[in-house]
Amino acid sequence: MTVYPYLVAVFVFLVGAFGIVRSRNLIHAVVCLSVAQAGTYLLLVAVGFQWKAPPPVFGSPPTKPTLKVTDPLVQAMALTDVVVSGTVTALLLAIAVQVAKRQDMSDPNELAALRG
Amino acid sequence: MSRPVRLAMFGLAGGVTAVLLVLAAFALPGFGGSRHPYRDAAVPAAVRHATPNVISSINFDLRGLDTLGEETILLASVVGVVVLLRPAADERVREPRIGGRLLDGTRLFGYLFLPITTTIGLLTVAHGALTPGGGFQGGVVIGTGLHLLYVAGSYRALKRVRHLEVFEYGEALGAGAFACFGVATGLVSGAFLANVLPLGSFGDLFSSGSVLLLNCSVGIEVASGVMVLLAQFLAQDIEVEQAEGAKR
Repeated sequence: MTVYPYLVAVFVFLVGAFGIVRSRNLIHAVVCLSVAQAGTYLLLVAVGFQWKAPPPVFGSPPTKPTLKVTDPLVQAMALTDVVVSGTVTALLLAIAVQVAKRQDMSDPNELAALRG
Repeated sequence: MSRPVRLAMFGLAGGVTAVLLVLAAFALPGFGGSRHPYRDAAVPAAVRHATPNVISSINFDLRGLDTLGEETILLASVVGVVVLLRPAADERVREPRIGGRLLDGTRLFGYLFLPITTTIGLLTVAHGALTPGGGFQGGVVIGTGLHLLYVAGSYRALKRVRHLEVFEYGEALGAGAFACFGVATGLVSGAFLANVLPLGSFGDLFSSGSVLLLNCSVGIEVASGVMVLLAQFLAQDIEVEQAEGAKR
């Protein structure tokens, strides 16, 4: 049982990658990339988890700092990841919008050449 | 590459990756265990710098350089979206159409929650060093919360209030302030983004030295970034159209 969350993370990541490979729509491909990224968040947060340990925040309500908390490092990484992945998803969607407008299609399989 | 070939290649590569990842998962320390060496180092370091929220301490103090990198990715993505979605030569900007019906409940809910959401966002940024939250989370709450004006009011109402130049400058200001602060601390103490400000006492709002300032600068940047991003997509849908006679 102690590897179960890691296996879920691996599964989510691979399902996302599989979705990108068999995608017939650029928006679908971008969403699949987000799914694959969700796998990495799951792995990060699972690595930092500890049973019966509170979150690593001692300010509300004020508590005495203790070492028995979940790992803050991986949580900080997951947090910045989420925001950055949001903006990168926006960038990819903007590219999809332009492809749909310029080439009049949204299937990545038909993307043969670059065109202005 | 044809579709079956691509799927076959993914089957092979994905299978190998899956086996390696599963093997790696079994070699990891068990889920929920008590072995966390980074935590053991990070928690005392954060407490020394009077920062109750250890996650904020890592983001803005212990590993501030990483956050500068992430902030730069964010800035680059926003600039990329603005460049990609500007009206092209064969497109023109039209007046947004007026009309559409809105449920009274939606309008009431929107205007009621607009001030509440914005205040919560500001509080989340300001208390980033104390309670769960910080510049990244609060920035997203402010940036998206202001769009309640679009949901509950109209696109025109949003445009009247939202001066996009302000947010474009805010985006640059937030990223620039972070970098300039890093250079300044580097000149003063010899270490980039070192926490050189007075630390205050553990648990006070004005404590934790530079974490509070950097939180605010990231909050400004993320909120402005979200505003600018959503503005581009909204304008693309509502205002930009193919000019007449233009060929695709």
